[in-house]
Amino acid sequence: MNGHAFFFAGVRLTALPSGALWWPAERLLCVSDLHLGKAERLARRGGTLLPPYETQATLARLEADLEATAAERVLCLGDSFDDGAAADGLAEPERLWLRRLMAGRDWIWILGNHDPAPTACGGSHRATAVLGPLTFRHIAEGEAEVSGHYHPKCALAGRARPCFLLDGRRLILPAYGAYTGGLWCHDPALVALMQPGALAILTGAKAIPLPMPRRAPQTRPRSSSFAR
Amino acid sequence: MSPLPPFLAPYFHARGWTLHPHQEEMLARAAEPALLLVAPTGGGKTLAGFLPTLAELGPAPGPGLHTLYISPLKALAADIRRNLRAPIEGAGLAIRVEDRTGDTGSHVRRRQRADPPHILLTTPESLALLLSYEDAPRIFAGLQRVIVDEIHALAESKRGDQLMLCLARLQRLAPGLRRVGLSATVEDPPALARFLAAHPGPCRVLMADPGPDPDIAMLETEAPPPWAGGGGRHAIPEGLAEIRRHRTTLVFHNTRAQAELFFHALWLANEDDLPIGIHHGSLSREQRERVEAAMVSGELRAIVCTGSLDLGIDWGDGDLVIQVGAPKNVKRLVQRIGRANHRYNAPSKALLVPANRFEVVECLAALEAVRDHALDGEPRGPGPRDVLCQHILVAAAAGPFAADALYEEVTSAGPYAALSRADFDACLDFVATGGYALRAYDRWQRIRLRDGLWQLRDPRTAQVIRMNIGTIIDTEVLKVRMRGRGGTPLGEIEEGFAATLTPGDTFLMAGQVVRYEGLHEMTVEVTRNPGRDPRVATFNGTKFATSTLLTHRILEMFQQSGWPGLPRHTADWLALQREVSRLPEADRLLVESFPHDGREHLCIYGFAGRNAQQTLGLLLTKRMEEERLSPLGFVATDYATLIWGLEAVTDPAPLFEPDRLREGLEGWLAGNAVMKRTFRNSAIIAGLIERTHMGRRRTGKQATFSSDILYDTLMRHDPGHLLLRITREEAERGLVDFGRIEEMLARTHGHIDAVRLARVTPLAAPLFLEMGRVPVEGAGRQRLMEEQAAALMAAAGLG
Repeated sequence: MNGHAFFFAGVRLTALPSGALWWPAERLLCVSDLHLGKAERLARRGGTLLPPYETQATLARLEADLEATAAERVLCLGDSFDDGAAADGLAEPERLWLRRLMAGRDWIWILGNHDPAPTACGGSHRATAVLGPLTFRHIAEGEAEVSGHYHPKCALAGRARPCFLLDGRRLILPAYGAYTGGLWCHDPALVALMQPGALAILTGAKAIPLPMPRRAPQTRPRSSSFAR
Repeated sequence: MSPLPPFLAPYFHARGWTLHPHQEEMLARAAEPALLLVAPTGGGKTLAGFLPTLAELGPAPGPGLHTLYISPLKALAADIRRNLRAPIEGAGLAIRVEDRTGDTGSHVRRRQRADPPHILLTTPESLALLLSYEDAPRIFAGLQRVIVDEIHALAESKRGDQLMLCLARLQRLAPGLRRVGLSATVEDPPALARFLAAHPGPCRVLMADPGPDPDIAMLETEAPPPWAGGGGRHAIPEGLAEIRRHRTTLVFHNTRAQAELFFHALWLANEDDLPIGIHHGSLSREQRERVEAAMVSGELRAIVCTGSLDLGIDWGDGDLVIQVGAPKNVKRLVQRIGRANHRYNAPSKALLVPANRFEVVECLAALEAVRDHALDGEPRGPGPRDVLCQHILVAAAAGPFAADALYEEVTSAGPYAALSRADFDACLDFVATGGYALRAYDRWQRIRLRDGLWQLRDPRTAQVIRMNIGTIIDTEVLKVRMRGRGGTPLGEIEEGFAATLTPGDTFLMAGQVVRYEGLHEMTVEVTRNPGRDPRVATFNGTKFATSTLLTHRILEMFQQSGWPGLPRHTADWLALQREVSRLPEADRLLVESFPHDGREHLCIYGFAGRNAQQTLGLLLTKRMEEERLSPLGFVATDYATLIWGLEAVTDPAPLFEPDRLREGLEGWLAGNAVMKRTFRNSAIIAGLIERTHMGRRRTGKQATFSSDILYDTLMRHDPGHLLLRITREEAERGLVDFGRIEEMLARTHGHIDAVRLARVTPLAAPLFLEMGRVPVEGAGRQRLMEEQAAALMAAAGLG
């Protein structure tokens, strides 16, 4: 695996190039901000008709990680569905696919701001989960904590990639969903959360760690984006 | 006998004006359903277009819209309004003329819809917006004539396609509507007439007397032009002398950034304090209007400008055009030259200023082409379907429609005359359900069929559709204004440029040096600062490729034994190139390779135009990646592509096998930046992606994601999707321009001259100074990223 292994709160973890976090001792795979059903939600609200393939794309990636790690437990860190109705609005093949991935695994849904109420997808639903020394929640607030929500991204050699952010206190995961944007890790919101000396671990073909940039780069890479 | 109606004749006679033959003929043929007038600048085209309207309206017209005038520029509409006022008031006619553009206030717009003037002057986008309202049938019911000004310019872009669709709609609302197109000199008038015609009806062409040949030369300068880049600042002393010698000079530049730089330098050297203004599309409306007014009243001795002044604004006493930078295209040069001297039958005077060494060659080739009356032009493809998708959405915003009727209407527009029903239906399906092969939006259709008519599922989306009207896709820009309450707006800069600024940085804007103070509510705040060495804001300017005709003439010129027509410095440069390497030839392909600055370089002189050279860069780097030559990036100009990487290319010939290149085109189409940019533009036009509107944007980018993700998703899950087909088509004829690579391969017949050198050659050197470098994603890049990350870790003591 092209992951980056590190110790956090005394626990050995691996940041996978896909953006998932692997905890080998617990055989636990953790992913954040899947935003399943995003295209459907936009269409429902009278917006544009984006390619309705992002749920498949995200599930395919998740399936690949589950197979590669043979994970027994899965923890989704919130914003797993783009909203409550999106969970009910999943197409039948996608619902079955998700069920197949969940079968035989201990599956925990952490509630996020997009999906604050439990869905009918099975598994257990929690606001926070404490496993060993680690606390898992959607939005960062404490110590020895793994969270998501911010979709951090970082630029290196002119390329922007989603990234993990890591310091002695907390670990923030990149968004795992296909249709997700990012927040620059030099954004004041993230700089305020992370201590000096924090690392950014870039996703992509291989997980690449580097010191987290705390200022905007001199020239920003071209990125075309649009508001949802 | 004068064909002028009696109520106009006295006004004309009192001024000693007589009509040109083509103006008389326009009056005589006013009843024709469609007519294209081709006349040189200064031939009184606009008056020729409006005379039939004035004649028909008469001294006391009844209420209602009679004539719609469409120009590609807001400024032109305002100018025409001023120019029409004289004859209308002079002849005592009670004709109301108003303009309606993006600059028109909302209360005026509302009033215009309730009570339209006799003559409405507008732009294609404002017309499309008007047609999106439910009351469009009432506004346009009595419309008699539509005048499309500068139609040759509109026909070069999607704005023209959209306009022709709008005319088809107008024709249905007002069946008796007659169309007139006004065009500058073009290479193929019948093609332009087919573009304008209401099919299957005809459109005849009326050719005016082309007038005398222009008086045109290269400006001789004391200092030689620089090796690369543009701007023409070496020619400031001579340019200033010419401005002093003439009444009013128009100084044209190819880009806004160059215009800013030149203006600044001109101003510093302007010891006589000659009144000189600057005008380009990124300046605020207030700035532009002030310069336009000063120009019209004859207060300015010179105006530094870009394509925003290419088109028909009447600059009164302009008697010299200075073109800075190579014109890229002979037709455009001829049209620009016509901007000097608006008197018919007097030669226009123009001077060319090549901005760098290579452009000296190009300028000479252009001069000779103008003398030979050789015009260039590429044939126009069929109407693009992304524009059609937008048109269908706009039709739905205006009210329920039947598919059969809309198809009939669309195919009466010139660019879409050959559109098949299947293609039309595919666009309709895309608008309605997204057009996805695997899973369509049945429940959340954007438009749905009810009682045989298509209508919006949610009527509130009409507002969103209106906000996304138009085919011009700008990069995101931020407004710039002086700090303080009610600070003067100066214009706008690209968001990407704004992101590189830190407080205290200075840059050039609207001809002055300003200091960046900060970003306040999505507006860049600046203060005046006479600082030195300001940076230049980057603007989104169109980059034209040098035409095939010009590149062929340049290659011919290279084959001369000496170059007496060229200035000494340029002739010496070419001679040195011939000595250390060789000069490119039309029937062979020159490929140089050399090390420089720790990287290996490959320079390919394809002379295929900027877009095709860029494509060649993408295809060759992909082939190099396969051959494990670790390319890192490339840069393309109109005449060459320079590739750099980690390994030397000893035998370039295999890289150029035509079949492998064509194959590469197919495979490479899958995932490169040019395609993604093309996709984004088409996706915005077709309504898949909404434009980001100033002020609606959130802070941070967490909620936004790149259109590249949509492109990748479609490529993987739905490769036959309509938008991907459109993107491919677009890219092949526009940004990819594979046609010109084929042309290059055909003329060189596989004769490749591979030259290995110890250092950079004279002809390759300027490429190192070019902007617009394209990085290559591959093994080499991954290697660099890892090295860079490791270095950063080590530097932080974390390694």
